[in-house]
Amino acid sequence: MDVTVKIKRYDPESNNSGYVWQEYPIAIDENATVLDALIQIREDDDGTLSLRCSCRSAICGSCAMKINGQGGLACKTKASESMDKDGVILVEPAGNMDTVKDLVADFDMFWNKIREIEPYLQPEGVVPEGEYVVSNESMLHLSAVTACILCGACVSDCTVLEVDKTFLGPAALAKAYRFTADPRDGDEDGVSRDRLKVLGQPSGMWDCTRCNICVQVCPKGVAPMDRIMAMHDQAIEAGYGNNNGARHADAFIESVGHTGRLDELRLPVKTVGITNIPALLGFAPVGWRAMTHGKLPPLIHKSVEDVQIVRNLYRKLEQ
Amino acid sequence: MKYAFYPGCVSQGGAPELYPSAKLICDRLGIELDEIHAWTCCGAGVMQEKNQLFSDTLNARNLAKAEQQGLTIMTICSTCQGVIAQANRRLLADPDYLAEINGYLAEEGLEYKGTAEIKHLLWILIEDYGLDNLLPHVTRSLGGLRLAPFYGCYIVRPTEALGIEEHPERQTSLETLIEILGATAVDFEGKTKCCGFPILTINEKNSMAMVGNHTSEAKDLGADAMVTPCPLCHLNLDGFQPKAAKQANRSIDLPILHLPQLIGLAMGISPAELGLKKHIINTAPLELKLASSTSS
Repeated sequence: MDVTVKIKRYDPESNNSGYVWQEYPIAIDENATVLDALIQIREDDDGTLSLRCSCRSAICGSCAMKINGQGGLACKTKASESMDKDGVILVEPAGNMDTVKDLVADFDMFWNKIREIEPYLQPEGVVPEGEYVVSNESMLHLSAVTACILCGACVSDCTVLEVDKTFLGPAALAKAYRFTADPRDGDEDGVSRDRLKVLGQPSGMWDCTRCNICVQVCPKGVAPMDRIMAMHDQAIEAGYGNNNGARHADAFIESVGHTGRLDELRLPVKTVGITNIPALLGFAPVGWRAMTHGKLPPLIHKSVEDVQIVRNLYRKLEQ
Repeated sequence: MKYAFYPGCVSQGGAPELYPSAKLICDRLGIELDEIHAWTCCGAGVMQEKNQLFSDTLNARNLAKAEQQGLTIMTICSTCQGVIAQANRRLLADPDYLAEINGYLAEEGLEYKGTAEIKHLLWILIEDYGLDNLLPHVTRSLGGLRLAPFYGCYIVRPTEALGIEEHPERQTSLETLIEILGATAVDFEGKTKCCGFPILTINEKNSMAMVGNHTSEAKDLGADAMVTPCPLCHLNLDGFQPKAAKQANRSIDLPILHLPQLIGLAMGISPAELGLKKHIINTAPLELKLASSTSS
């Protein structure tokens, strides 16, 4: 099978300070992975090509990179399914991180964020005489998160990290959930109060924009965004709901629960807090522009016709 | 051709130009819309994080109502599309969960059997209506216009809930429509990224950086306008573009069109009828270019 692998290359020792795209037309096996193709290029065509890999079985997490613009493991991606109509596969180093050389990303930022969430159990209750006894169910639930191989595909494609490098990011936040959801971590009831308090600070869990990219690119089904959403709920339950993210969720569900639809005019006001005058004044120019263009949401928010049924469901399922 | 219409909250709230323009083009195309009676908000992914059972119950209600109508659901919002499709996937994947929710619906005599289909207008035009049937309605060529597609996260991810494997063409559906209408699709990195709207009131700086990045990138690649099937993206990309430009310390001025407005313009409907005057970013330069390309 003929394929052209187009690689975004970077050499820090080259006089050329930027990157260059280099094309390698090669013949590969029908069942070859993108990693097979890259190794073949390095072995047969160009020994200067740098990449990181080890197990070739989607276990070690070393070969995460961007393939056709999307993060993933080169060893888990079939070349035949990655070619465009001209037989070209685009390969770049993982995004959101600096590049050491060619396809080798600098993982310092990644590991610093993992360290930041203190990735070890921190039980605060009475230490049992024997081992901690936990339910099989709770451990099975965690096994989906501990499946993370720390490859960095989610960090590579995170749309928030793209604009804000201080964001903890999907890998570290999913790792944090691995502890907040562990019944051994935190107080006697298994509530990780200290963690949830810290994770709720700016650059933490509430900064996730719910774009689903991390869920899409994760090669192990960890679904980091879903874990972040679950942590939101844990934080509110633990009493850390005094922030815009928590108030936004509260105001949203309250509006729909009482009227059936979203009251877009009052949602931002309730999110920042009715007494937060500076924030409310900040809305003024946008509100004025919307009003002068005839697109301010209705002042009187109408309920749906069968609203009593919605309210009954809200009472039963939420309150 | 008839659909159970699910307009979504924003099309009648913060983006009131969307609902009438969608109705108008569907009417002209002969697509009948039977609005789901007393439909409720999909939850936009926000309610799901707080109470998935409640939000899935409300979505199951909408799905059950559409099922009773015997019609495929038409959405006009990427977020509604994705959120309802994800809820439907959860309901179909777990019979016990569906039974639990049907227990709540039974009190009003409703039952969701699991047969509803949910499709965005974008997909309907290509898959059901057909481009061959659309073309005779195109009376104004958009030739000369360069348009940047902006999908909105929920209509592209996660792919399992959106039938992308069975319909890979959905991944390039906006470009397909733009090109068939005679315009040139501007390819840019940001087209499937996040507009920043979900964190607007949580981290405005990051939200504005996203708006600024995407609109600037498209503008710098020569786009005359951006087209989106998501009114939430529109709220941020259009409504907050002035603020994003200020933060980026540059001018952008890129008009953002709702998908039905693009179709409507190609069908010869006037910009005023399509509600372009309601946009925050002035669409006059776009309209001028459209007029000159039509007359030339």
